[in-house]
Amino acid sequence: MSDQAYNFAYLDEATKRMIRRAILKGLAVPGYQVPFASREMPMPYGWGTGGVQVTAACLTPEDTLKVIDQGADDTTNAVSIRTFFERTAGVATTTQTAQASVIQTRHRIPEEPLRAGQILVYQVPIPEPLRFLEPRESETRKMHALEEYGLMHVKLYEDIARHGEISTAYAYPVRVEGRYVMDPSPIPKFDNPKLGNCPAIQLFGAGREQRIYALPPYCDVVSLDFEDHPFTPSKADHDCDLCGCATSYLDEVITDDQGGRMFVCSDTDFCETRRDAGHRGRLSPEETA
Amino acid sequence: MKDLRDTPLLVVEDLSKRYGARIGCVDVSFDLWPGEVLGIVGESGSGKSTLLSCLAGQLAPDTGRVLYQGHDTLEMGEPQRRTLARTDWAFVHQNPRDGLRMGVSAGGNVGERLMAVGARNYGAIREAATDWLGRVEIDATRIDDRPRQFSGGMQQRLQIARNLVTAPKLVFMDEPTGGLDVSVQARLLDLLRGLVRDMGLSVILVTHDLAVARLLADRLMVMQGGHVIEQGLTDQVLDDPQAPYTQLLVSSVLQV
Ligand SMILES: Nc1ncnc2c1ncn2[C@@H]1O[C@H](COP(=O)(O)OP(=O)(O)O)[C@@H](O)[C@H]1O
Ligand SMILES: [Mg+2]
Repeated sequence: MSDQAYNFAYLDEATKRMIRRAILKGLAVPGYQVPFASREMPMPYGWGTGGVQVTAACLTPEDTLKVIDQGADDTTNAVSIRTFFERTAGVATTTQTAQASVIQTRHRIPEEPLRAGQILVYQVPIPEPLRFLEPRESETRKMHALEEYGLMHVKLYEDIARHGEISTAYAYPVRVEGRYVMDPSPIPKFDNPKLGNCPAIQLFGAGREQRIYALPPYCDVVSLDFEDHPFTPSKADHDCDLCGCATSYLDEVITDDQGGRMFVCSDTDFCETRRDAGHRGRLSPEETA
Repeated sequence: MKDLRDTPLLVVEDLSKRYGARIGCVDVSFDLWPGEVLGIVGESGSGKSTLLSCLAGQLAPDTGRVLYQGHDTLEMGEPQRRTLARTDWAFVHQNPRDGLRMGVSAGGNVGERLMAVGARNYGAIREAATDWLGRVEIDATRIDDRPRQFSGGMQQRLQIARNLVTAPKLVFMDEPTGGLDVSVQARLLDLLRGLVRDMGLSVILVTHDLAVARLLADRLMVMQGGHVIEQGLTDQVLDDPQAPYTQLLVSSVLQV
């Protein structure tokens, strides 16, 4: 089944060792961006080449892989990465969070709580949380080294000054173990509370920027905020129109030209599992109930 | 108990900096006392900016010592030096673009130093920023505007507010009125004079403009070719210059 022209999981063993060293260093220094020699992958940057390399370095033949893009398993991006590893590693794949041992994700953390033994691999476009206000790499490195993080709050200050509240809704900055400030990748801030105290290993790969960072299990992760503007992990104020869930992160879907819209779980596996278990939402077809 | 006012704030000993074969500044020594404004004057290329950068820890001198409240700022590690730079010290650049974040609102610019030292209450930060905009005569309604939308004089006043908000003890200024129109300069000088007096700031002020030096400085150091060739009380140096070069400098100003 696996394509014999490639080494297992595409990358050669020396490259995987190099990436594993970066991952181990990342786990040892939570939130710290470890430089690594990113390889050319047979897909364009922006398609998760960083995440793909991290996944490749983690996979064993016994693993079961799930790939999600904005919560869905069936987008072009998710399908192409899943197919890539089916071909190059021959590993089993799944759409069910509970069945997966390795999950590569873009922009979401699954609703189903992760468990010990699982690895969640994030695709990261811009790993440097300070980049927004300080373009010089030499300077941002120094700021991390010396824990000079005032600038991060300047960004949040600007948010409130302009919008009346912290309007940063994605890639909301966090402080890890009271030390490094980290960009959690463009997950919605709704997912931020799941970053901390998580039984699974979380790995972050940025291909173009050649950085890997990590959260070991049960890490302390705090979302930055002000005393009088505390962090709130908000979501759309609706229930899922398909499964009725009141606590999951929702996507708004336009259903017709007349402005009709519905809210559905962004995590498609979670939603389907609930519907299979008999849960119903406002717009669920009656006859299948 | 020893009063800090009995000891110099800054002690500079035999400071030299060369750029290859070219001289930056040579064997500069002086004491700066609390509340004192020291002007460094001299023509372009005489080493004023080099000296200031060495004092402020932005440039490593080749030889010499700089003691701030008894601590050798060249021996201390970079973390401590950077901490000093955003707490006890401030640096006002000639070009406001070098001292401001142009993409951040006026309030964010003023609030940055507060946040850098741990302020985490938005309301309090905004209040302090509003207060400081008032103190540098910028209308409070401009608090959310970016410096880009400000005139040169306003940008410079904003830079001053941003630097003084944490009540530093020692302020380095490199030609703070440099790029401004004469009338704008006069207003800024008045403002600076008031702030220095009210806050009891110690200032090292670099300028090639003797009129600015006369207005702000208690004491002057005259530099030529990297050397300090004369120093003394401002009136004394300007009214009764001893070195031929200083006499030339003063007379050329008087003719303008
Ligand atoms: N980065 C540099 N590299 C080489 N030479 C420099 C540099 N900066 C300043 N110099 C030289 O050092 C001397 C003093 O310059 P500077 O300190 O800028 O004087 P001032 O501020 O009085 O105009 C000048 O001869 C200048 O050309
Ligand atoms: Mg100069």
